[in-house]
Amino acid sequence: MRPFRYARADDVRGAVALLAEAPAGAYLAGGTNLVDLMKLDVATPELLVDVRRLTSDRVEELPDGGILIGAATPNSDLAAHPLLRGRYPVLSQALLSGASGQLRNLATAGGNLLQRTRCVYFQNVTTPCNKRTPGTGCSAIDGHHRELAVLGTSPECIATHPSDFAVALAALDATVHTEGPGGGRRIPMTELHRLPDGEPDRDTVLAHGELITAIEVPPLAFATRSHYRKVRDRASYAFALVSVAAAIDVADGTVRDVRIALGGVAHKPWRASHAEELLRGGPALEDRFRAAAEAELAEARPLPGNAFKVPLARNTLTRTLLDLVDGPA
Amino acid sequence: MDVEVSLRVDGTAHRVTVDIRTTLLDALRERLGNTSPKKGCDHGQCGACTILLDGRRVNSCLALAVAHDGAEIVTAAGLAADGELHPMQRCFIQYDAFQCGYCTPGQIVSAVAMLREAEAGWPSAVTADGVAAGDGGRTGLDADEIRERMSGNLCRCAAYANIVPAIQELARR
Ligand SMILES: Cc1cc2nc3c(=O)[nH]c(=O)nc-3n(C[C@H](O)[C@H](O)[C@H](O)COP(=O)(O)OP(=O)(O)OC[C@H]3O[C@@H](n4cnc5c(N)ncnc54)[C@H](O)[C@@H]3O)c2cc1C
Ligand code: SF4
Ligand code: FES
Ligand code: FES
Repeated sequence: MRPFRYARADDVRGAVALLAEAPAGAYLAGGTNLVDLMKLDVATPELLVDVRRLTSDRVEELPDGGILIGAATPNSDLAAHPLLRGRYPVLSQALLSGASGQLRNLATAGGNLLQRTRCVYFQNVTTPCNKRTPGTGCSAIDGHHRELAVLGTSPECIATHPSDFAVALAALDATVHTEGPGGGRRIPMTELHRLPDGEPDRDTVLAHGELITAIEVPPLAFATRSHYRKVRDRASYAFALVSVAAAIDVADGTVRDVRIALGGVAHKPWRASHAEELLRGGPALEDRFRAAAEAELAEARPLPGNAFKVPLARNTLTRTLLDLVDGPA
Repeated sequence: MDVEVSLRVDGTAHRVTVDIRTTLLDALRERLGNTSPKKGCDHGQCGACTILLDGRRVNSCLALAVAHDGAEIVTAAGLAADGELHPMQRCFIQYDAFQCGYCTPGQIVSAVAMLREAEAGWPSAVTADGVAAGDGGRTGLDADEIRERMSGNLCRCAAYANIVPAIQELARR
C-alpha cells in the first residue's frame, strides 16, 4: 500500500474543500472496497478524507411517504430498518443478499453505490485494463469474462457494476443527493452510473470531490410487493451472476404498473424500461413476462464465456414476476 | 508516516504508534501482541480476522486503525472473562467444531455477535417470509439461518457440520 495522508472535516463543506485541493485524493467510508483496492495498488489515493461520521447515518421518513437514507448508514442497519422492510422489501433483500454480516456492519450506503467492479483484471495491476489504466486495452474481452456484462458493453470495457443495493434503488426511481465544489445536486439513480463508452475509467457521472450525502426513495405504494432475486455461484457471500429487482401492481389479472431493474448484466444497474412498457396494461401471465424479458434482452451482445447470462436473466426475470403475482414463494 | 491511535482492547486501554497504513488486524497482531484474530485472506473474504468493533462484528483486515481511533475492541481472547470460557467457546469444544483451529476465533466472535443481531430482530436473506418477519429472536434460528448469517466465516477444514450445531446449541438456550 502507498502512503497517504488522512483527514477528517467538521462538516460537508469542509470535506468537499479538502478533496477539491487534492486531485489524487478520495473519500473513505467503511473502507471495505477502498482499503482492499489500496492493498492491491489499484487505488493509490494520496489523501483520504474520512466521511464515515460526516453525513447522516440514519433513515428518515419523508412527509410524502418516501424515505431519506443518510450516506453513512451502515448496510446492516439499513437492511434491518422497519421502513425498508415494510415499504420497500426489495431494498432490504438486496442489501441482505450482499457481502457478509461483518462487511455489512462496516459498509455504508454511499460507499456501496460507488464500489468498483470485481473484474479480475481490474484488480490485478499486472494485466492491461482500460478502466484501471486507460488506453492499455481490455484483458477480459478475449480472456475471462464469465461474470461480466452482456448489455450496454463497449469494445473498451465489459465490466459489471457489483452493487445489489444500487439495482433495487434503480428499480424504485431513487435519487442521490450530492454536494460538490460547484454546489449540490440530485441525480436519478438510473443516471448515477454510466456506460463504459469513451471513458471506461469513469464509473459514474460524479465529479472529483462530489460527495454523496443521502439517497432519497420516493413513495411507491405497490413496492410493499417487491422482491430481489439474486443468482450466484454459491448460496451466500458471492456477487451476482444475474439479479432482478422488481415491484408489480396487479388488479383483476392486469398489470397496472411495474418496476424492474437487472443486476450483473451491465456497467450500471439496468433499468428494464422496455420490458416495463410492454407489461403495463397487459395480462399478468407467464408468457407475457417471458416475452417482455426477451424484448429487454434483445440488444444483449454476450461473449462466449457469458452467453449463459441471457437466458439466465430472462428466466430469473420471468420467475421473479411470477412469484410476486402468485404470492410469497 | 506514523500516527498515534488509542484503542481499548479486551478491556485494556492502549496508545500505540503505527504506520498510517496499518489495519486494525495488524495493529492487534503485530503491535499489541493479540494474535487471536487471524489473517486468512487480508481482503475481507474469509472472516478469520473478525473482531467486535464498538460492539459489532467486522473484518479487522479492511479497517484502518487511523480511522478507528478511540474504538472499543473485543477479540476472541477477550470473550473469556476472568479465565472463564465464554459459553460459545464451550459449545465449540463440546461439539468439536474445529480441526486446525485457524478460523475458530473469527467463527466464535462472529457467532456471538450474530446471536445478538438475531436477538435485535435483524432479518437475514433466508428469513422465512422474506424480510417482513425476522423477529423470531435467536431461539428460532434453524440451520439454514445459521449458515446464512455465518456465511462470512469460511472454514478451510470444512468443520461446518459441527460449527452449525455448536452455534445452534447456544442459540436454543
Ligand atoms: C468479500 C466481499 C464480498 C462482497 N460481496 C458483495 C455483494 O455480494 N454485493 C454487494 O453489493 N457488495 C458486496 N461487497 C462490496 C461491499 O458491499 C462494498 O465494499 C461496500 O458496500 C462499500 O462501502 P464502504 O462504506 O465500505 O465504502 P468504501 O470502501 O469506504 O468506499 C468505496 C468507494 O466509494 C467512495 N465513497 C464512499 N463514501 C462516499 C460518499 N459518501 N460520497 C462519495 N464517495 C464516497 C470511496 O471514495 C470509494 O471510492 C463485497 C465486498 C467484499 C470485500
Ligand atoms: S472489462 Fe473493463 S475492468 Fe475488466 S479488464 Fe476490461 S477494461 Fe478492465
Ligand atoms: S483476513 Fe480479514 S476477512 Fe480474511
Ligand atoms: S478449523 Fe481449520 S480452517 Fe476452520
